[in-house]
Amino acid sequence: MKPVFMTYTKKDLINLAVCMFLSVLIIPTFIKTEYWYTSILIPWLCLALATIGQQIVMGYTGQLALGAAGFMAAGAFAMFNLILRVPDLGFVGSLIVSGLIAAAFGILFGLPSLKVRGIYLMVATLASQFFIIWMIDKFGWFKNYDSSGIITAQDIVILGKPFTTPLAMYFVCLAVTTVLTLLAMNMARGSTGRNWMAVRDMDIAAESMGVSLLRTKVQAFAISAFYCGVAGALFAFCYLKSLEPVAFDIKLSFKILFMCILGGLGTINGAFIGAAFILLFPVLLNAIGNNVFHGAIDATIISSIEQVIFGGLMIIFMIYEPLGMAKLWENLKQIIKSKLSSSNIRSLKSVKEKN
Amino acid sequence: MVDELLFFMEVLVGGLLAGTMYSLVALGFVLIFKASATFNFSQGAMVFFSVLAFCGFMQDFNIPFVLAFILAALLMVVVGLCTERFVLRPLMNASEDTVLMATIGLGYVLEGLAQAAWGVEVRRLDLGIGDFPVPWIADNLKLFISALDITAGLVAAIMIIGLFLLFKYTKIGLGLRAVADDAGAASSIGIPLKHIMLLVWSAAGVVALVAGCMWGARAGVQFALVDLALKALPVLIIGGFSSIPGAIIGGLIIGAVEKVLEVYIGPFFGGAIEGWAPYVLAIFFLLYRPEGLFGEKIIRRV
Repeated sequence: MKPVFMTYTKKDLINLAVCMFLSVLIIPTFIKTEYWYTSILIPWLCLALATIGQQIVMGYTGQLALGAAGFMAAGAFAMFNLILRVPDLGFVGSLIVSGLIAAAFGILFGLPSLKVRGIYLMVATLASQFFIIWMIDKFGWFKNYDSSGIITAQDIVILGKPFTTPLAMYFVCLAVTTVLTLLAMNMARGSTGRNWMAVRDMDIAAESMGVSLLRTKVQAFAISAFYCGVAGALFAFCYLKSLEPVAFDIKLSFKILFMCILGGLGTINGAFIGAAFILLFPVLLNAIGNNVFHGAIDATIISSIEQVIFGGLMIIFMIYEPLGMAKLWENLKQIIKSKLSSSNIRSLKSVKEKN
Repeated sequence: MVDELLFFMEVLVGGLLAGTMYSLVALGFVLIFKASATFNFSQGAMVFFSVLAFCGFMQDFNIPFVLAFILAALLMVVVGLCTERFVLRPLMNASEDTVLMATIGLGYVLEGLAQAAWGVEVRRLDLGIGDFPVPWIADNLKLFISALDITAGLVAAIMIIGLFLLFKYTKIGLGLRAVADDAGAASSIGIPLKHIMLLVWSAAGVVALVAGCMWGARAGVQFALVDLALKALPVLIIGGFSSIPGAIIGGLIIGAVEKVLEVYIGPFFGGAIEGWAPYVLAIFFLLYRPEGLFGEKIIRRV
């Protein structure tokens, strides 16, 4: 039997410890305002999770897909119906099953990837986006025949305990995201990830070396949709606290695509960086609009400027650093390291000279 | 029975004519793909940008119709120039997917700029052509067909013939085809790559403007145009990315199929299947004929 967990280096363990320390201890102790949890941290974790899904299919397997929000919607509404109709499943069980339901959609709409790639595949995945949203919208059963259009999400109850405060919900999101991120890293490092990357780099060559294209691509789509489905369920239950198909429109798919590309294709930490950037940048821009220009600039103009900047950054990154912000971060670390080590060498030399 | 047949004909013809509107958007796409093998995802944004600029010139500055059209067309040439200089030239040697992603970014930039410059509210565009049934056809053939649809069909036909002739019989067209086939080889025998790119992007911009006028007159000039323009993608898949007649046939097929399905099958599912039917149709085409009806066969080597 293959080892379930890949061997971790000391560096990984330190990274994990630092992240956990920051997110479990530092953030809850120092951040008290609800705004940060409800409007930034929770959506950040949810969208980062969805972006990991997008990364798996796009960054690792090299398949241009544009339907993340559709799978998120599938996950969210599956969750709603599971809690409503199969209450015995519990929150965690429902979350897993709704991820699996989204994965089934992922397999279905990922099948065209066996035949086509690039923009052709993008169009095929657009079908999933429009079809899933339409299906939820038109069949009353999915919405429990609610005619108002917006359904309130049920409260999160795990093992009989309610998780309704922003902090509690943050911990729910954090726990799910941590587990799934570790899993994703494992997969990316293991044979699964190697197969994905082989297919990405040259599918025909990969196939001739014995990598099954069918298996690898369908697997990538299924896992990607699973991540998106779980992220969608969390997004609806912890962030929106309501379910409406409109929240998962094509714009959200584009947003996740941007998070994925700007963050850095083919990296897991890029998903978090990208999601943070796309979420925080509008907040920053609005703050500048309100505080520097005192609301003299219209809000619609600010959001237009935001769009121009995102698009412009996309072009700039494609030209100068196609590997995105994660690569910039890597470069920065490299520079600091080389600076440090060169100063170490110098100090060593000076010590020697003194002797 | 006759009534039913007549109704079917009406739906079909309406769908076919509405399909030419998709064709117009798809045309700009094909133009760029044919000349530079670039998937220009921003074509929809270009449609939105150009027609919003056109409306802006007319309504905010009270510039007369023709002059505003020329100004908007010139603006699209400038957009083409900037795109060539700042997006395509640096990405000359990048992979297809990278360029595609850059054009997604370009689309965002254009959408944002258009909204920052001319606002987000829906504008009405009056071309002087009504979106109502032509009385003569309604009286004599008992078909209710909109004048706007007929105009769109005619405009599309004229543009296609023009572009077809351009590609087939002019030196520029020959250059365009050479660049599309192998940009490196074309530039090594002295075809000015820069000029060709500029020409193609400008032409695509003007095509976008025309398409935008047609769409704007029907649905109002608004952001939703970008989503509508996404439907040009299934059109291209059905017709083939590199074929101008393909864009037209694809548009007609999509237009007709989505209308007929919507009218006859839609009611069983609560309607609005137009939203996804073209994409699902495209998937079937992808499974059985990935290169489209008129496209060149895709050959990939290790």
